[in-house]
Amino acid sequence: MRRLWIGLTYIVFGLLLIVPVVRIAAGAWEEGWRGFAAGLTGPEALHALMMTGIIAVVVTLINTLFGVMLAVYLVRAKWLRPQLKRLLNSIVDLPFAVSPIIGGLMIVLLLGPETTLGALLGRMGVDIVYALPGMLIATLFVTFPLVIREVMPVLQEIGTQQEEAAHMLGAYPWTTFWRVTWPSIRWSVVYGVVLTVSRCLGEFGAVLVVSGNILFKTQTATTLVYQDVENFNLTEANSVALVLAAASIGLLLFMEWAKSRNSAGRHG
Amino acid sequence: MHVEVRGLNKKFGEFQAVTDVHFTIEKGQLIGLLGPSGGGKTSILRMLAGLEQPDSGDILFHGQRVNDLPPQERGIGFVFQNYALFKHMTVAENIAFGLQVKKWPKAKIKARVDELVELTGLAGFEKRYPHQLSGGQRQRVAFARALAPEPQLLLLDEPFAAIDAKIRHELRSWLREMIDRLGITSIFVTHDQDEAIEVADEIMIINKGRLEQKGTPWEIYKDPKTPFVASFIGESTVIENIASLRGFEDVSAWPGTRALIRPEYIEVGFKEDFTQLLSATEKGRVSHVHFRGSEWLVEVEVGENKLVTYRSLEKDVLREGDEVLVLVHRAYLFNDNDSWVMENKLKAGPIAFEI
Amino acid sequence: MTNMLRSRWWSWGFRSAVMLYFVLLIVFPILGIYGQSLSDGWNAFIRNLTEPIAWKAVMLTVKLALIATAVNVLIGTMAAWVLIRYRFPGRSFLNSLVDLPFALPTAVVGLMILLLLGPRSWVGQGAEQLGFTILFHEPAIVVAMVFVTFPFVIRAIQPLLEELDPSEEEASYTLGASKAKTFFRVILPSMVPGIVSGAMLVFSRSLAEFGAVVLVAGNIPAKTLVASVYIFGEIESDNPAGAAAVSVLLLTFSFVILWIVNYMQTRRTNG
Repeated sequence: MRRLWIGLTYIVFGLLLIVPVVRIAAGAWEEGWRGFAAGLTGPEALHALMMTGIIAVVVTLINTLFGVMLAVYLVRAKWLRPQLKRLLNSIVDLPFAVSPIIGGLMIVLLLGPETTLGALLGRMGVDIVYALPGMLIATLFVTFPLVIREVMPVLQEIGTQQEEAAHMLGAYPWTTFWRVTWPSIRWSVVYGVVLTVSRCLGEFGAVLVVSGNILFKTQTATTLVYQDVENFNLTEANSVALVLAAASIGLLLFMEWAKSRNSAGRHG
Repeated sequence: MHVEVRGLNKKFGEFQAVTDVHFTIEKGQLIGLLGPSGGGKTSILRMLAGLEQPDSGDILFHGQRVNDLPPQERGIGFVFQNYALFKHMTVAENIAFGLQVKKWPKAKIKARVDELVELTGLAGFEKRYPHQLSGGQRQRVAFARALAPEPQLLLLDEPFAAIDAKIRHELRSWLREMIDRLGITSIFVTHDQDEAIEVADEIMIINKGRLEQKGTPWEIYKDPKTPFVASFIGESTVIENIASLRGFEDVSAWPGTRALIRPEYIEVGFKEDFTQLLSATEKGRVSHVHFRGSEWLVEVEVGENKLVTYRSLEKDVLREGDEVLVLVHRAYLFNDNDSWVMENKLKAGPIAFEI
Repeated sequence: MTNMLRSRWWSWGFRSAVMLYFVLLIVFPILGIYGQSLSDGWNAFIRNLTEPIAWKAVMLTVKLALIATAVNVLIGTMAAWVLIRYRFPGRSFLNSLVDLPFALPTAVVGLMILLLLGPRSWVGQGAEQLGFTILFHEPAIVVAMVFVTFPFVIRAIQPLLEELDPSEEEASYTLGASKAKTFFRVILPSMVPGIVSGAMLVFSRSLAEFGAVVLVAGNIPAKTLVASVYIFGEIESDNPAGAAAVSVLLLTFSFVILWIVNYMQTRRTNG
């Protein structure tokens, strides 16, 4: 009986997860190494990959910084009333519930060229929608909860006593944060960062709506794949998809390795 | 450090944790805050430390009001109940923390850390991490860390609560000795009576947020000022109708008065044991005996009252059903208005009269 | 003293910046879309919603999401069971593999399904023989939804299985119950909260999924057009009001589900 279940599980995993990834690799290699390289190094592909890279770096930096601070405030801040904290806490999760298409739509509705804000900024020379800023905002929205959700449980678990001890020994909040709190949350921040980067690489729906998918201007790796599939340019689509898949899987493996290292070396 | 607290009040939501507490502590004293769990002792300690803000009242160190001073600047050492050692720092780094924050020169820090490591008997453990230490060792690190910056006041929150009973005794005497040697004003919170009595110069009994009594262990034992204190320290029997006992008939003048009688003030024996005070005794019957390891616990019925006392192992063993004579030396009496200690009137002997 | 003043200003600055960021990024846009969808009045809102194509899209999405949920509950429960209760070679490898759908970009997922199940692939041709087409028809959408939400049920059940006290099972056996009976009366009930919250997350996410679906669905209105693609279409055809109306419907749905899942989880940790 046992073997039946294990065997079935293997089959499901194999069919559902392993085979598709292998197929992408095969597709990318359909025209051999040259085809793969050409697909990858064509000007559209390079520009798209660069856009994805920029977004990933900027969004991760911003959401890590604000995310850690917000996590600290939501768990520790004495200046927030508990009811307010609970409310804010449930709001943090909202981006998870929002379809990426809707996420993009929200930004277009608020900051698009026909809105007051958008028009105002446009006249000042700053384009939001159909330009990089809008794409950044959309991705910030979508990845907002990731770092916060990794850090908050750890902050709750370690409790306030070590921090109070540091206060009694004369350390002000800044010093206390760096010398006492940070070492305890370091790894959960790393996990949050990895998840954020991974999500940035993969973000599609929201960015598609906000960017307008303008070739050489606002196209990201994922929207490029979309366009290529629509245009039957499958080799390029496969090549870029393979790079994205490899990066994502690489990040996933890194997380697993980091997690196993940490739980092995965890002290009681 | 001379500590004075006036009119301290603290509410957590709807719960009144501390009500109108006043006290003064002289420099160099070792004070125990004793009372049942949830009584407000830890809240008082944390307010002294600056970790909580009182709703009203003043806290003065050396005559200066410190309510607005953050914990970083109060010059207090705090030992937490669960040690709160910095998990990712070694013993030496933990102890050095407060000095690094004060920006002491490296050499001075090292000297002080070595001094404290010697003092607390942790030599050889400097490079260990907290998870590699036993409970008693961790407590000593917490102590060393709190002392490193030479605080003027040492606060300890149930320092031995999380430690095995056996080690607790050792650590208690060690703590007492250490604090005596350093001469530092100290306040510790505990719910363990024996600990407070053994370690402290003076005890403050805190119950339901109020300071019931402050005094030396002996004063508190001998002259309890409230019924709670009387029943909290030592073991007592409660007697509803004390006037029915010989020597206490006068108490019927105050109806509704109850009594607490300590086992130490009940004497049980036979005619031969009570040569002079025979007239103050009355008849009783042994209803129960327990062996307690170092003495016997004897339950005696006197009329409708059940009294409890201890009997030394030297004396003859009593058995259930024995007819004995019982002498109550003194009782602590209380009613709604007043409380006082009363001696057995007949102890003075029927022959004595006022001169 | 000045040190304290300086740090007061800094912390005030930090706090306002962070809270402002939070409110502007999350609260504003959500309030905005609710506002915009109702900006032409309640009647216009209802009209947008009940447009036949819009309504059909929503119904179709709900139906397919339910199917995907059922599928993932079944295989997810089995997978969680196997991964936690059995020891076998490759176990930790499979366990790490579970998170793969979380990691992969949805567009890449769409492409994978396209290649694997398209009319020129083995599976696609095999299906043709059996009389149904996968790609650009409903089955492909379900496959996309199942793939993308694969980890949810598994990751929801695993901690519950780990927490299960072996002595409860042992007690059941000593009282004479068979393995099957023990499973249904002792073990399954403790897994149910995980199954339910996992299922709700699967449903919620499947409703919202765009990237994987848009590439493989064919997107024929009233036939294979799901809600998210409909919204996308309305945006492209300059009908933000219509898009907003359906969005608000989906959003409200998702928020309610999210709230229920949160509520259940807090009840579990407090109860």
